[in-house]
Amino acid sequence: MTGFFAILQRDLRLALRQGADSVMVVAFFIVTTTLFPFGVGPEANILARIASGVIWVSALLAAMLSLERVFQTDYEDGTLELLTLSPVSLELVVLGKALAHWLTTGLPLIIAAPLMAVMLNMDPAGFGVLMVAMLLGTPALSLIGAIGAALILGARRGGVLVSLLVLPLYIPILIFGAGAVEAALLGVSAAAQLQIMGAILLLALAATPFATAHALRQAME
Amino acid sequence: MHRFAKPSVFLKITAPILPWLVGATVILIASGLYFSLIASPVDYQQGATVRIMYLHVPAAWMGLFCYVGMALCGAMSLIWKHPLADICARATAPIGATFTALCLITGSLWGEPMWGTWWVWDARLTSMLILLFLYLGYIALVNAFDDPERGSKAGSALALVGAINVPIVKFSVDWWNTLHQPASIVRVDGPAVDPSMQLPLALMIFGFTGYYFVVLILRVRLELNERRIRALHLSGMFDDNGENSTAETKPYDPSHNAEASQ
Repeated sequence: MTGFFAILQRDLRLALRQGADSVMVVAFFIVTTTLFPFGVGPEANILARIASGVIWVSALLAAMLSLERVFQTDYEDGTLELLTLSPVSLELVVLGKALAHWLTTGLPLIIAAPLMAVMLNMDPAGFGVLMVAMLLGTPALSLIGAIGAALILGARRGGVLVSLLVLPLYIPILIFGAGAVEAALLGVSAAAQLQIMGAILLLALAATPFATAHALRQAME
Repeated sequence: MHRFAKPSVFLKITAPILPWLVGATVILIASGLYFSLIASPVDYQQGATVRIMYLHVPAAWMGLFCYVGMALCGAMSLIWKHPLADICARATAPIGATFTALCLITGSLWGEPMWGTWWVWDARLTSMLILLFLYLGYIALVNAFDDPERGSKAGSALALVGAINVPIVKFSVDWWNTLHQPASIVRVDGPAVDPSMQLPLALMIFGFTGYYFVVLILRVRLELNERRIRALHLSGMFDDNGENSTAETKPYDPSHNAEASQ
């Protein structure tokens, strides 16, 4: 476990010192969300209707764009090779890195989401559920995305490729995330959707570290 | 099973099978088309549009079948590191993607007159579309590396992760209340399709499966030959123009090399 915390601490420290990364992700999220009123038109009713979907899609894209940095720099400067050789199990390393990715991208997104919901004129009844759904959904985004980030190491045009690999796998989270908010807005209980999201998160937590670690070992061969 | 994984054994076994397989596939698809387009009754509700189904259902079946095959090959290549499993997985992907696209296209052609729309965001249609994206992602990933080995391995891992979509496609019509009709062929209480329609459907499904194996064998052969040529190039037997540099007058004789490598 000390290895896990060491990785987590290192990645967080790197993210803080290099600074801009988290800010960029949130800025991207806000800018993307802002595009929709221009595209769809500023009518409050329509915006309120599509708000939950827009916020989720923008969050998905923002989380995906930041995936490349999870392993790429470590791969390039050789750190990853040392991590693979170290006695710490690679699965724990992956978990630590995914957690660091979530803390630096998912968490800021959750904080920014209600702001965008207000701007998109969403009914306040949905705010709480939106935040809970994102709290369950964004860690799963980081975990699943880590597989894609590991698979593209050493590939040409990896950044474009990762979107093709990861976005199809993100779709269930989008469906149930937006569905939960929708249910809350209709005044129905969102428990079912939130439970499914919890199940997805648990499944991702249990299965993805092995897949990601496997992909990393392949990249190191 | 492992001894079949040797490329030379694969070539030796498939060589006599292939002509029979081609013959069977041609007969199956030709008779399937005859029965489905001419000698089968029109549906009492759908009219002649029902004939699209004879193409649509086998294509959908093949889309899933190819993905399962690809994921199994991926698992085999990861577990036992068979080079042939890698080649099979690679060779399957474009075939499966084509069948999936065919399924989506025929489905929307059928949907326009029947449902009044080309496309609905229904669970089964959407999950089939995701299946197509998974195929495309696999093909893109496999070809994104300078080292084909690395591409195959990354692809195998992706194929296995994406396999989670297969049961979602299969059971989407049972889990969600959707516009797409529920399963009517493979059911506990027997098929709900009229016997006169079962025959052309079965012929087409077997014909498509045969077609898949024919194309698979041809593609695997092609890949093996390409690798052999690449290996010969690397070993310096040919210069860059593909001519034999050791004996200038003699043209390249593939049969000679095939014997030599066996």
